[in-house]
Amino acid sequence: MKKQAKFAVGISVIVVSLACLAWLGYGESKTYYHTIAELQSLRGAELSHRMRVGGTVAAGSIRRFTGRVDFVLEGEGKSLPVSYVGSDPLPDTFVDKSQALVEGRPTDGRFVAEVVQAKCASKYEAAPGGTVARSSTATR
Amino acid sequence: MDVFGSFALILAFVCAVYAFGGGIAAIITRHPLLVKSTRQAGMATCCLIFIATFSLEYLFFSDNFSAAYVVAHSNRALATFYKVAALWAGQEGSLLFWSFLLSIYVFSVLVAYRNKNGELMPYVGVILAGVQIFFLTLNNFVASPFKALAVPGAQGAMDLVSRADGNGLTPLLQYPEMVIHPPNLYSGYTGFTIPFAFALAALLARYPGEKWIHLTRKWTMIAWCFQTAGILLGAHWAYAVLGWGGYWGWDPVENASLLPWLTGTAFLHSVMMQEKRGMMKVWNVWLVFSTFILCILGTFLTRSGVVSSVHAFAQSSIGSWFVGFLVVIFTVCLVAYLKNRDYLKSENQLDAIVSRESSFLFNNLILLVSCIAVLSGTLFPVLSEAVAGSKINVGAPFFNKVNIPIGLFLLFLTGVGPLLAWRKTSVESLKRNFAGPLIIGLVAGAVIFALGCREIYSLICFSLCFFVAATIFMEFYRGAKVIRVRSHASYLTSAIELTMRNTRRYGGYIVHMGMVLVFIGLAGAAFNQNVQKEMQPGSSMQLGKYKLVLQSFDSKPEANYTGLRLNVEVFVNNKPLMMLYPERRIFETNGETGTMVAIYSTLREDLYVVYAGQSPDTKLPVIHAYLNPLVKWIWFGGVIVVFGTLVALLPNRRAVLVLSGAKQPAPEPLVHGMAPSITYREGRD
Repeated sequence: MKKQAKFAVGISVIVVSLACLAWLGYGESKTYYHTIAELQSLRGAELSHRMRVGGTVAAGSIRRFTGRVDFVLEGEGKSLPVSYVGSDPLPDTFVDKSQALVEGRPTDGRFVAEVVQAKCASKYEAAPGGTVARSSTATR
Repeated sequence: MDVFGSFALILAFVCAVYAFGGGIAAIITRHPLLVKSTRQAGMATCCLIFIATFSLEYLFFSDNFSAAYVVAHSNRALATFYKVAALWAGQEGSLLFWSFLLSIYVFSVLVAYRNKNGELMPYVGVILAGVQIFFLTLNNFVASPFKALAVPGAQGAMDLVSRADGNGLTPLLQYPEMVIHPPNLYSGYTGFTIPFAFALAALLARYPGEKWIHLTRKWTMIAWCFQTAGILLGAHWAYAVLGWGGYWGWDPVENASLLPWLTGTAFLHSVMMQEKRGMMKVWNVWLVFSTFILCILGTFLTRSGVVSSVHAFAQSSIGSWFVGFLVVIFTVCLVAYLKNRDYLKSENQLDAIVSRESSFLFNNLILLVSCIAVLSGTLFPVLSEAVAGSKINVGAPFFNKVNIPIGLFLLFLTGVGPLLAWRKTSVESLKRNFAGPLIIGLVAGAVIFALGCREIYSLICFSLCFFVAATIFMEFYRGAKVIRVRSHASYLTSAIELTMRNTRRYGGYIVHMGMVLVFIGLAGAAFNQNVQKEMQPGSSMQLGKYKLVLQSFDSKPEANYTGLRLNVEVFVNNKPLMMLYPERRIFETNGETGTMVAIYSTLREDLYVVYAGQSPDTKLPVIHAYLNPLVKWIWFGGVIVVFGTLVALLPNRRAVLVLSGAKQPAPEPLVHGMAPSITYREGRD
């Protein structure tokens, strides 16, 4: 083979195989992002997607049980009851009125979250200090 | 002092504008007075930025709570060490810190080359001034760190106020490592401005010869060294402090620091192609441009909030400034390239697929593919929203699936590349060079398989690590043997002499060895275990060969936090080994909590114990223990990488040219009884 062709083949093999891996990885981890308001208008197959929803933790709504933490997420005037079922304790920054991002699926009017991320709400700016709690079943 | 500081900043802006405008005039007219004064204006800009930065620090040290930035990030009780770090705790101060570090580089460059490279330096000065103007615009007009604290008063006017005490530094930043990670990382980011300036200047000036590559490479190595250190320090900090058991989460801000590192690494390798064979000139120029653009993109991603991240600064409009700057840079690069691309014509072609050139080509290819993959994955929410209307996030599985094979292929090239010849490698050479290391690699793989490892990627990784290590040792051994023939010194001394005669090559091999150690550490992650349990005094948990027994727990008030500490005793085979003290800290100023992980680290594995929290029903402490094999190798490898880069930056020790005189005796006494001979002068790197 001409040497140009050899290089072209070599490069294509590498690029194509990595593209396949990228596609597989994308499928495994893609997570849609929705606002609380959008959640209510989702239909059909979209409801079974893994998704992330962001909002503010309603003051006084955090209730801890064995194996589950319930709280209410508020955003754009709407509210969403959430149940965190992960095994990791929630991050230190998860308190009333903190900004939180939950990842999981909506089920029966609630949102079942496997991952909860929280950022500190601060008067001047959100300080660098969010941490993440994950359930052991969530893929990393 | 805040007025003093902000005045210094605005003066710096004025000087930078003169350095830029006057510098362009200097290039056109070549008037010596213009050349000199614009260079001095450039230096003055840097000095004024130093003054402004020190003024801001002074505000911290003097507890000046009439300045808004000091109130937000400091308090009286804060340790002095952290008052220094408070400078970069928030948006405005960290932008000033960026300007500060950039100014150190700019000042060094302007001073070091004030009497050299006369054709090139005026262009370099203009480009650097241009970048400084952008950051000074942000420092002065968009995000000023010297804003006075004020509240709305009567009749809608703002009243200046002063607080008795500040809000204090975010607890997560009150950790020594968090203090050194930003300076290292920012030194990397800002450092890449220098090679960018030299590359663009050489293109605009159509600078003859390859000297610009020589300058660019050295400054790229310095920036790369800081970037590597910054990334590893950040990973180590996340591991030791955040307490989630890992060191890399493919978070957007983490990825942002990795992107210029990938293109910078590609450049450091492909530049050898340009030096030795005059090839890849266009590619190299765009690699340097891309590295700088990715640095600016990186800081844009961090500061703008365009992708959600745990590392976020506040949402602000500052993002649009960076987008504008990126557009300007890209346009300038593109125009400069289009106008001058004939200057970049390649002198040679690729000859064969089994050659050093092709190994560099593949090295660059996969580093670039990795960069594109990480960039796409990071920006995916933005792209998918623009294209498909819904915001989609991709996580660790995507990044790992693509980057693990890339990393392994890169590891393979690390072993193979240096042993391939330029142009074409013969089969005999292949057999001679690779037989030994290949066997060692396969044997190592077989041994590890026999020890129970069944993870395919880990097996490949360990085999390759041994393969590469063998090739590196072989290089040092062969070179040392040659030197030993003459000097009769030990192998070690000869190896050191060998390294010092060609610091770039052998320093590079040391860096490769460090990377091998890092890969060994990364391979351990496939075998991580963890266990979480609610404990009371006297109860125990088992993880691997370790038994953890909670002896007691106590609470200790400190200066600005209360520490809730668990006293855990670790047993191995029922013999007591040590005590570990995982802790949670509750900070007084804002009620935030922080986790202090207790780690027992050996070369084999890390026992990593976290006080995860309290069980909601019983209020008993919950301990989360991890067993992470081989993690220490990552940090150790990182130290070797930095050491190797420093070695590679040293100038070569010249071997001495000694001619035997037929008529006259040699003027110098002979050393070590050596016969006079012609010894080779190592080429300039």
